[in-house]
Amino acid sequence: MNPIGNLNKIFESRIRLGVMSVLMVNEEVNFNDLKQMLEVTDGNLASHLNTLEENGYLKVHKGFIGRKTNTTYAITAAGEKAFKGHLAALEHMIKFTK
Amino acid sequence: MTDQQHLQAITDIKRLMERSSRFISLSGLSGISAGISGLVGAYIARNWLVEYYARWEAAGAHSNEDFQTLKFRLIVLGLVVMAAALAGGTFFTWRKARQNNLPIWDLTARKVLINIAIPLAAGGAFIAGLLYNHLEVLVAPTCLVFYGLAIINGSKYTLPDVRYLGICETILGILNLFFLRKGLYFWAVGFGLLHIIYGALMWWKYERKRTI
Repeated sequence: MNPIGNLNKIFESRIRLGVMSVLMVNEEVNFNDLKQMLEVTDGNLASHLNTLEENGYLKVHKGFIGRKTNTTYAITAAGEKAFKGHLAALEHMIKFTK
Repeated sequence: MTDQQHLQAITDIKRLMERSSRFISLSGLSGISAGISGLVGAYIARNWLVEYYARWEAAGAHSNEDFQTLKFRLIVLGLVVMAAALAGGTFFTWRKARQNNLPIWDLTARKVLINIAIPLAAGGAFIAGLLYNHLEVLVAPTCLVFYGLAIINGSKYTLPDVRYLGICETILGILNLFFLRKGLYFWAVGFGLLHIIYGALMWWKYERKRTI
């Protein structure tokens, strides 16, 4: 097994990795909370969220609170699997390069 | 990617998982200030009660009017103590959050509050029912039990040690049921003493090093 092959290209971005970390431990998180947690700008976060959604790692739910849109994000089974695989690969890399 | 970057990635993941699932700014000083409010409240209530029984003794008969006044005053006192405890608690936690450069109002703060509020609201409604049925004697133990359960419920989203405070409050409330009419002493211990002990322990464990 080649561990480098298991490192997921999509998670090379710190922001995408951050989004996945937050969603691993929270059932559902809205856009503003993600923004606050990761300390990023709207546009930046939105484009990373798009990439994750396109890869099937995120479920997006568009709702309303009153008249304001409230978009929430949750991790998919595929996303969880990919994230765990990435973590395992990272761990493996650190263990075996020492 | 280098090894250093891999380690950095793992540190980031760990930090974000922690930060997004637990509210860590809860200050021990919040517990101490809430406890002091509780003790002061208990002291005032005790004086009122002593006065009430002295009047009863002197008049030789129970006065319903006196009882209603006392009941009203105790409820108002309870609300004032609660507001003071909340204000002090919020202040010290806000201060700690600011020192650590963390937002005080975020996803995790909201989770703690919602999860505490649910059992607390149930307790409030339950107590309204007790008062409606003139079961005043059960109010003190009920407060402690519901408060304890509320804290246990909220502890999942903040410092795990808070859970022990919740367990102690719940046990104290149940004990109180076997010593009815001693509710005030149980309150003084539960809302006063336990908060102060808990707050001091928390401060010692998490904040001591940073402040000195």
